Amino acid sequence: MAMDLKEIEKHIKEALPDASIKIEDLAGDGNHYSATITSTQFSGKSKIEQHKMVYSSLRGKMGNELHALAIKTKEK
Amino acid sequence: MDDQIKKVIQNHINNNEVCLFMKGTSDAPQCGFSMAVSNMLKILEVNFKGVNVLEDQLIREGVKIFSDWPTIPQLYIKQEFIGGCDIVKEMYESGELKKVLIDKGIKFKK
Repeated sequence: MAMDLKEIEKHIKEALPDASIKIEDLAGDGNHYSATITSTQFSGKSKIEQHKMVYSSLRGKMGNELHALAIKTKEK
Repeated sequence: MDDQIKKVIQNHINNNEVCLFMKGTSDAPQCGFSMAVSNMLKILEVNFKGVNVLEDQLIREGVKIFSDWPTIPQLYIKQEFIGGCDIVKEMYESGELKKVLIDKGIKFKK
């Protein structure tokens, strides 16, 4: 149950092409990440909607292969 | 999702002004994210109901579908889904959480 940092980035980038993404492997175990995502596509959306956009880009992996991903979204 | 589970989840949310679906209990959280949200509510002296999803696999999976949110914890205030750990933490730090509590008429330590 682990996921590669590059794979996470790839999925988010596919859904949010203009996003700048900064991901950190918090524990170095490929299981606990934190991601800061900045995109113009977040503008006018609530935090809940913004986070859902990130979750849906990960196509059901969140909460399964990916145990912990702290998300911070920012509008560009 | 099973109608019965949906009803159980809805009842928790309806019967508790501040309802936190979490892993573990507020006294003994079993996950760092659940502990973080629980602690923020405790610091604000908010009276909340912690629903331990580890005690019921159907609630654990059901609440994710119910809220259309893939992770636990999940915070509801007056029947409104506020968010998971990251959002609640951001709101706590920005002061927005207090604003929501005031707007919704929830007692807390100012």
